[in-house]
Amino acid sequence: MLQNKLSYAFPIEASDFTKAGDAAGKIKKILKLAGLPATVIRRVAIIAYEAEMNIVIHSVGGSLSLDLTSTRVEMASQDNGPGIPDIDLALQEGYSTASDEVRALGFGAGMGLPNIRRNADHFCIQSEVGVGTNLEVWIDIGVS
Amino acid sequence: MKLQEICELLQADVLVDYDSDAEAFTACGSDLISDILRFIKVETVLLTGLTTLQMIKAAQLLDVKAIIFVRGKRPAKEVEEIAKKNDLPVLCTKLPLFEACGCLSRHGLKGCSEYAVQEDEHVAE
Repeated sequence: MLQNKLSYAFPIEASDFTKAGDAAGKIKKILKLAGLPATVIRRVAIIAYEAEMNIVIHSVGGSLSLDLTSTRVEMASQDNGPGIPDIDLALQEGYSTASDEVRALGFGAGMGLPNIRRNADHFCIQSEVGVGTNLEVWIDIGVS
Repeated sequence: MKLQEICELLQADVLVDYDSDAEAFTACGSDLISDILRFIKVETVLLTGLTTLQMIKAAQLLDVKAIIFVRGKRPAKEVEEIAKKNDLPVLCTKLPLFEACGCLSRHGLKGCSEYAVQEDEHVAE
């Protein structure tokens, strides 16, 4: 069991579909090395991937952070805009503002934020148009 | 179902090989990454017509047993190399997605649905 909190940060570039997904892959490796249960790793990996892709697809750039404690995995994403005008709408399954180019890559299902919320034990999102979006989630270790 | 049997049923080419005893218990077919992240189960094979690097990364993230490209699609060499480097088996079948999924379903491989539809539910009276 972890005695101290482990913290990591991952800068995410906008529109870089070659590197996209790498941060989520690194986060998954960190959790595997820490010996977390497979169910927790899977939930965090999905959250990390969706959060990362949201920054890549919808923002002008931002970052992901991971804090690992003995009781839970905490993740946060922040971006520098453009912000979400209607968060309730963005949380509806199937709603997407992804461009046709992005949809051609397999994105734009409108399941990103809903997938994050579904896999999180705590979910908080705040956004201001013209400023950016902050997302905070945690996953309790030992709760599948 | 053994990957070997899946390969034979779909008459698939093997781009990245699998262990002879590798097995999957469910299958998921989609070209939308977030739908896959939503519905896919563990111990599964992923069928898709999307041969992008991102599909490989999503498959790795979910620890899928194999990715099966349908409709005769083949990934770019660099995408195939990344799958190989990460020990992700890659198969290619000429069957379209619906037919490939239907074939595996008929032979007993389960899907990723969370509810069951009665077989006669949609039959007109």
